Amino acid sequence: MMVSIPHGGRLVNRVSSDREGLLREVCDLPSIEIGLDEALDAENIAYGVYSPLEGFMNYGEFSSVLEDMRLPSDIPWTIPIVLDVDEGAILSIREGDDVVLKYSSEPVAVMTVEEVYRFDRRLYAQRVFGTLDPNHPGVSKTLKMKEFLIGGPITLIRETPNPYEKYTLRPVETRVLFEERGWRTVAGFQTRNAPHLGHEYIQKSALVFTDGLFINPVIGRKKSGDFRDEVILAAYEALVGNYYPKNTVVLSILRYEMKYAGPREAIHHAIMRKNFGCTHFIVGRDHAGVGDYYKPYEAWDIFREFPDLGITPLFVREFFYCRKCSGMANDKTCPHGEGHRVRFSGTEIRRMLLNGERPPPELMRPEVVDVILKFEKPFVED
Amino acid sequence: MAVRKKYTTVSIPTTLYERIKTIMEGTGFKSVSDYVTYVLREVVAMHEMERMSKPFSEEDVKRIKERLKALGYL
Repeated sequence: MMVSIPHGGRLVNRVSSDREGLLREVCDLPSIEIGLDEALDAENIAYGVYSPLEGFMNYGEFSSVLEDMRLPSDIPWTIPIVLDVDEGAILSIREGDDVVLKYSSEPVAVMTVEEVYRFDRRLYAQRVFGTLDPNHPGVSKTLKMKEFLIGGPITLIRETPNPYEKYTLRPVETRVLFEERGWRTVAGFQTRNAPHLGHEYIQKSALVFTDGLFINPVIGRKKSGDFRDEVILAAYEALVGNYYPKNTVVLSILRYEMKYAGPREAIHHAIMRKNFGCTHFIVGRDHAGVGDYYKPYEAWDIFREFPDLGITPLFVREFFYCRKCSGMANDKTCPHGEGHRVRFSGTEIRRMLLNGERPPPELMRPEVVDVILKFEKPFVED
Repeated sequence: MAVRKKYTTVSIPTTLYERIKTIMEGTGFKSVSDYVTYVLREVVAMHEMERMSKPFSEEDVKRIKERLKALGYL
């Protein structure tokens, strides 16, 4: 029995089997200093989270993804995975060279440079984010990228420091775990928040139809006011421990930088969870969105363009608490008007928690509230 | 850099082409080519899935299970 097949048919493994030996070999190679986001991309490539990618994209892959949302091999792929460098860096690099990628001056990977190429930042931003508004965080970052991209396969030497190793499972590990639990179908859930009842009901709606649930919070760069990573994990531990049947949930993190690319990123999120072994992926309201750049359910439409994605999207409408129903409901299950409905406002829940108030049990489980309020500072500060 | 040809031609019976034109009305597909591409991608993906083998060896599985146990997942 096997859960879903990896994207592109093969789970990529680009982790060096002789790290110490490789470290000795690469000490004389030219090096490039990369940021945390690119270092995490290198890890995700190496461990197969981005299968079938074996490295940072070359020009053919990059342009194909921008124009057609597919790799040159016709495999669906919507987000460029690229490494930008400045002119100074490419002076010492020629195509065919091996270079060391360093994060905080420490070698993390070796890359065989296949191509060095210029790119159009505005075209990149317009295609991926659907806007050139510099207030969009993804556009802003793209417009500040360095002048050149370098593409080629990588081999991972070592990971960046990870405070959540206990919660970090690689695709090969989740696949074995799902099989051990006898799950034939697994729904992946992407999150960046501590769970309220709206999240719980979306997850449980999926769990009605699948054998298991893979809760996969994105851990990484956060903006001011977001829940801190350790709070999200502790809150989920409390929820899963108290409100889910034993052995129906796997909680594991994804170290990845959100792009806020809305529909395109929803496909990317689904591909990553397919590589972890999920057969289904929950796509909620304004998935991977930011501000009002994307329509609330725009991410649902894009899935229709990918009959060959290999993971089934589960389109679940947001839940609310209906006073007249005396329970959780959504637009498809409740006939009552807005006046009866208590909506899940993340902003309002945050405000209450910041003031030391307890959100009511119809919004957030008491055990989850207890855990969050134990943290002196549950939110990211400036 | 060589420019890769993005499209090629496949012949289908004219009668089938006409049937497809009829059924795709109101579906949102812009052309018979778009429709046929969609259907073929779905079929090809299904066949590719059937042909896949296990991605890791028994030895890998043993090692992975040990780590999963150590982390408390098993």
